[in-house]
Amino acid sequence: MNYETVIGMEVHVELHTQSKMFCRCPAHHFQIGANEHVCPVCTAQPGALPVINGRAIELTVMTGMALGCQIRPHSVFARKNYVYPDLPKGYQVSQYELPLCEHGQVVIHTSDGSRKQIAIERVHLEEDTGKLVHQGNASLVDYNRAGVPLMEIVTDASIRSADEAFAYVQKIRQLVRYLGASTGDMEKGAMRCEANISVRPEGSQAFGTKVEVKNLNSFRAVRNAIDYEVQRQIEVIEEGGTVRQVTMGWDEGAATTKEQRSKEFADDYRYFPEPDLLDVDVTDEWIDGARSQLPELPDERAARFVESFRLSADDAAMMTEDRAVADWFEQVIAAGAEPATAANWISGELFRRLKDTEAAIEDVALTPAQLAELIGLITAGTISGSAAKEVFAVMWDEGGGPTQIVEARGLQQVSDTGELESQVDAVIAAQADAADKVRNGDDKPLQFLMGMVMRATRGKANPQVVQQLLRDKLQG
Amino acid sequence: MPSELTAHAALDLLVAGDLTSVDLTRSILARIDASEAQINAYISLDPERALSVAADVDRRRQSGEVLGPLAGIPLAIKDVLCVRGGRTTCGSAILSDYVAPYDATAVARVLQADAVLLGKTNMDEFAMGSSTENSHFGPTRNPVDPTRVPGGSSGGSAAAVAAGEATLALGSDTGGSVRQPASYCGVVGLKPTYGRVSRYGLIAYASSLDQVGPLTRDVEDAALLLGVVAGHDARDATSVDCPVPDYRAKLNDGVEGLKVGLAREFFAEGLDPEIRSAIEAAAEQMRLAGAELVDVSLPVAGHPEYCVACYYVIAMAEASANLSRYDGVKFGHRTADADGLQQMYHRSRSEGFGAEVKRRIMLGTYVLSAGYYDAYYRKAQQARTLIRQDFDRAFTQCDLLLSPVSPTTAFRLGEQVDDPLTMYLNDIYTVSVNLAGIPGISVPVTTAADGLPIGAQLLARPFEEEVLLRGARVLEQSS
Ligand SMILES: [Zn+2]
Repeated sequence: MNYETVIGMEVHVELHTQSKMFCRCPAHHFQIGANEHVCPVCTAQPGALPVINGRAIELTVMTGMALGCQIRPHSVFARKNYVYPDLPKGYQVSQYELPLCEHGQVVIHTSDGSRKQIAIERVHLEEDTGKLVHQGNASLVDYNRAGVPLMEIVTDASIRSADEAFAYVQKIRQLVRYLGASTGDMEKGAMRCEANISVRPEGSQAFGTKVEVKNLNSFRAVRNAIDYEVQRQIEVIEEGGTVRQVTMGWDEGAATTKEQRSKEFADDYRYFPEPDLLDVDVTDEWIDGARSQLPELPDERAARFVESFRLSADDAAMMTEDRAVADWFEQVIAAGAEPATAANWISGELFRRLKDTEAAIEDVALTPAQLAELIGLITAGTISGSAAKEVFAVMWDEGGGPTQIVEARGLQQVSDTGELESQVDAVIAAQADAADKVRNGDDKPLQFLMGMVMRATRGKANPQVVQQLLRDKLQG
Repeated sequence: MPSELTAHAALDLLVAGDLTSVDLTRSILARIDASEAQINAYISLDPERALSVAADVDRRRQSGEVLGPLAGIPLAIKDVLCVRGGRTTCGSAILSDYVAPYDATAVARVLQADAVLLGKTNMDEFAMGSSTENSHFGPTRNPVDPTRVPGGSSGGSAAAVAAGEATLALGSDTGGSVRQPASYCGVVGLKPTYGRVSRYGLIAYASSLDQVGPLTRDVEDAALLLGVVAGHDARDATSVDCPVPDYRAKLNDGVEGLKVGLAREFFAEGLDPEIRSAIEAAAEQMRLAGAELVDVSLPVAGHPEYCVACYYVIAMAEASANLSRYDGVKFGHRTADADGLQQMYHRSRSEGFGAEVKRRIMLGTYVLSAGYYDAYYRKAQQARTLIRQDFDRAFTQCDLLLSPVSPTTAFRLGEQVDDPLTMYLNDIYTVSVNLAGIPGISVPVTTAADGLPIGAQLLARPFEEEVLLRGARVLEQSS
């Protein structure tokens, strides 16, 4: 029998704010000494009270807007009651009945190139918990992360495969990064995913029993855990069993899902409106203000790149994947470079360097104007493509403008037939076999001979001129 | 005796140089020494700190410095408010060794006003009670008659002011916890409008109902102390940014031209006849002072069966969450012996909380549970809206409402301890005020035949404490 997979995703995104959700402690907690970013509020000292961080509301609303959600003019924070040592108050301030954003949708691009719309049920705001550190027989608790603003984005059950879930998470990460709402860094826990997974016989309308899988804390985990869990459920059914409603955790090391707790008794979080906070009422004016802060979103931007710059859809997607890259790319264009060539250089040389050095584009010394200048030198025939790569390497490693590097290193392309002729003759003499083949009408070794000439001229020779010379001498 | 002075009278003497803060403080400390063994108004005392602050204020006054409005006045603070570096217990074993790392805003404001902090007063555990018998630190006794309770939960603060063990005190009022002990002890107790005084650092019982309020020897002192603690606080989202007038400026303007409402529901059966006639006499005094008496009706807010039920559902629901943080993990009592996390939670809380607190946590948890939420919590919120609307409507017909504070005078220690439902009925005239968020004041108007004080309650529109105090001043002068 064939089965259909049904998935709903819950993605928690840590917001990139200066301070925590309800106090003035710094919100960043990565590589900070235990309990250094804490205060009476975020450690739930008796009598301490929360005060809403308005920036967190704004970022959540902007995310809701980017996801096509309706923004509620009236929303409410609620207490979600449960007890665990990483939760200082014994309840989490979250949103329940009236979230900030509802009823949105987002278009994902799956790896096979198709597009699909996923419905967003809600986007709400809550606070993160602390972290437990286990030491031998004891557990220690670190509240640096407690109270960090956490946005939760919930889809309906319209995701149908691990591939779609993967594309969805990528899309969410891209959007929150575009908005400056979050670093989206899954490795550092800034984005954490849970999937509600069920399977049903193809054609069936009824949903199967859903299993909640937590700890999907990397892109690989999203894909592997869902694939694993879908297979597990199918096997259970094929063997005549029934899937039980449980919460599972993905164990990255063992590459399996493991049962965390049974859901036979539904959780009762006893939500009720948080009396320490006023309801959140936002005016149309405020909503317009938040909307005006929205940047051009990646899909719109990619469409514009195709339209205005005549980029291919793939190049446009690559140039808009990251907002900073897109900004950088546009600056290269603004400095006069030909768009497709610029896209090529960015996705080729620049990305390779960024990857090698684990740097972000914002941090590189190389400027868009310098790349545009380099591309200009190629277009004008001043340097060859291979010389350009050398210039790029020097610009990256040592800095400096391309024209200056070309001059200092004498990398100007040699197009003068007189200057090149002796080099061509020398190569023909040294590579007699290949030369003979070309003489006899076999073009294949021509590339090889050209390569030898280029090497002899340290890449400075104009390849067109070299090819013409070789043809003239061997076939002319 | 300086210990008998009101704060404003003492301030006049201090300013005139006829009294020093050290002498005033010594007089109070002497009274504490003499009475505490019997009254037990305090959980913790810091006489050395008090005397050193008093001496410092005297020195600064001598050197001509501009001092705060409470400069040199000995003040007691209910142990529900955090004082940095000092023990803050909330009357509970679970916090018996808790040292607060910060000052409550109300505390910071009285300290900024140069008050002399004496110590922390006794209270029902987590402010849950009407007699100050539910304290881990033993009951407080009523200075008027030590066989009687001082009321609660701010019984320690009321008793301290009544006994000359403090000139001023701060309490907290969730369902009557300032007004009822004030009336039992014969002092003035004011519950400000919800949002008038910051709750930051006030250990929460029921967050939507709690307010900090003064307990004082007279109405002018209540105006003085309210003026110091009132005002917006960025650390409390529910505090309201609304100007704080000089409450003493119009204190003696009288009630001429004001309408004073009498809700017929407040004079129904069950009210002690002596209290009924005391309130009727108080109404007559208001009339003689130029107020117009009007009959009003509070069809929901005037009915104890609605208000008490609504109050306890909301208060206990909020309390059940507010008290979750006392888990033995971060601060407070942790059991000496536990095998694993669940047992640590279970034992720490079982050992740390008293019976009444446990009862309210369990009831509060119940009313929020799936399947019961709509029947209890949501219904209570709906009733609360009706109660608010009742008061809104009444205040279109009058400027002040006059009522009893409590259906009885101070009862005997132990009399109601085993009968929580009777105990809850102490609050029938006070809880609706917290549910509506309006201000209320308890003023002593007379004494019963047995010598116990009887208080009258005045209520006003939100943020009209000024009118409330004017009315209270008239009652005080005619008593
Ligand atoms: Zn904090």
